Amino acid sequence: MMGKKSSTNFKVGAILTGIVLVCMAVGFFWTPYDPEAMNSARKLAGVSLAHPMGCDNFGRDILSRVLKGGGTTLLVALGTVAIGACCGIVAGAFTGYYGGIVDEVFMRINDALFAFPSILLGLVFVSLLGSGKYNVVVALGIAFIPSFARIVRSEFIRCKNMDYVKSAKLAGAGDLRIMFVHILPNVMTTLSSSVMIGFNNAVLAEAGMSYLGIGVQPPDASLGRMLSEAQTYLFSAPGYAMFPGAVLILTVLGFSLLAEGIKERRQGS
Amino acid sequence: MKYFAKKLAGLVATLLAVSFLVFAAFAVIPGDPATAMLGTEATPARVEELRARLGLNDPLIVRYARWAADFVRGDFGTSYRYNMTVKSMIWDKIPITLTLAGMSFVLIVLISVPVGILCAWHAQSRLDRTVMVVNQIIMAVPAFFSGILITLVFGLVFHFFTPGDYVSYHTSWSGFLGYLFFPAVAIALPKAAMAAKLLRTSVIAEKKLDYVRTAYSRGNRTKAVLYRHVLKNALIPVVTFLGMALADMVAGSIVIEQVFNIPGIGRILLTSISNRDYPVVQAVIVCIAFLVIFINFLVDMLYRWIDPRIALE
Repeated sequence: MMGKKSSTNFKVGAILTGIVLVCMAVGFFWTPYDPEAMNSARKLAGVSLAHPMGCDNFGRDILSRVLKGGGTTLLVALGTVAIGACCGIVAGAFTGYYGGIVDEVFMRINDALFAFPSILLGLVFVSLLGSGKYNVVVALGIAFIPSFARIVRSEFIRCKNMDYVKSAKLAGAGDLRIMFVHILPNVMTTLSSSVMIGFNNAVLAEAGMSYLGIGVQPPDASLGRMLSEAQTYLFSAPGYAMFPGAVLILTVLGFSLLAEGIKERRQGS
Repeated sequence: MKYFAKKLAGLVATLLAVSFLVFAAFAVIPGDPATAMLGTEATPARVEELRARLGLNDPLIVRYARWAADFVRGDFGTSYRYNMTVKSMIWDKIPITLTLAGMSFVLIVLISVPVGILCAWHAQSRLDRTVMVVNQIIMAVPAFFSGILITLVFGLVFHFFTPGDYVSYHTSWSGFLGYLFFPAVAIALPKAAMAAKLLRTSVIAEKKLDYVRTAYSRGNRTKAVLYRHVLKNALIPVVTFLGMALADMVAGSIVIEQVFNIPGIGRILLTSISNRDYPVVQAVIVCIAFLVIFINFLVDMLYRWIDPRIALE
């Protein structure tokens, strides 16, 4: 029974994520129209064969913009998770492995940062660095470090007294080697589902920030930005908001199902 | 008592650390507050005079101490942009954001607890599966998009409320709460779905434990076992989640305020960020952070009350 359910989550998640990733990859190289080309004749045009998602208030093709914007959103999320996970792994590994006063101080700072919801921390950094795609990646990346550091740290504490670590020590392996060659691979399974969840949170945070107008800046398309522009035309052109919103939901849904599926597989095995 | 003292010390330490980090972050950014206040046309002599008057030439730690002392006394500084105190700008906005977060919190509990228990008690039934699929989808909808959907459906199509027609609590409390209802739903939905799922998993896990069988064998009825035994234990992870969610909700309301055009703390924060009005940004962020830390403290205390074993660790 459990086995069947786990594969459903995993399968649906993998299919959704696969579709989203393929579309965004295509959008990276090719879009049906130029995502920035304006055409006043097609202003807020409805759904048609030529424009499957209609056109926005400047007559730009929404499908092209969704493909392009979705790609931007995914890249920002990827960068965010990469920064957060890499720094988080290093910080968590050292504090968890060595413990002591460094750990104590570090965890206080971590707690302090953890107190900030990631979007708020993103806002702080954007107000310091200025808005724009790359600053959002840095801002959110830093905001994501504490959550990864926390997970890695507790896993390192759990693993550092295990027999295989002791035997590696006896064999004369250095601390760095033990941390990153012996313990880290054992932490990876736990980390992988947090990375997926972190990826989702990053997608949502980027969309939220761009929606607020402090994330990705025009002319770059982003799903959050499109939603905020679409809100003015909600009644006259509902599709303008619905399509980017639907893509956002499918992306998040795909990743969360995939994360769930991976978690269930691990527990099942 | 020792637990309380330890947690309280932790609370104070975190408050100091957070406020110092925020203060230091805003102190190192390029751009001189004195120039910002006087404009780029000001003579160097006047800028220097203002710098001295504001105490900007002192070391960072001295400035922080002065700022923190003022902050504790309720003096949050003066806005660069508008010649008014930060306190007068944010003071009457705080109730708006807090009410919004509070309402969403109540909604989360009202939705998630019955749904979670119902699904756990009828685990793997058709009802449970349907609810869980719907749940999974709701979790994937970002709050601001559900806000947009709610605006479209309940505002523009069914006319339950007029989008943008915010009523201040100074005018009418009922109108105020009425306007905040739909934004609160938008914030609450994804969190309620997560909480319901968590509670369901947690009740199912508890149901299998020995003490439940013992409780049954001693002749308790199903309901008594559920409410008096299982629920109390199953709630522990949910309380942790709700504590974190409450913190998230305060931040989430920043976005939702924008969707529904509510002039709360979020609005002030965003305008101040784009105006580079740092005293306001700093004060708002420290206020929100304090609120979040304080909520976490309350959650810790609540924990202790639900599960006295925690203090022993």
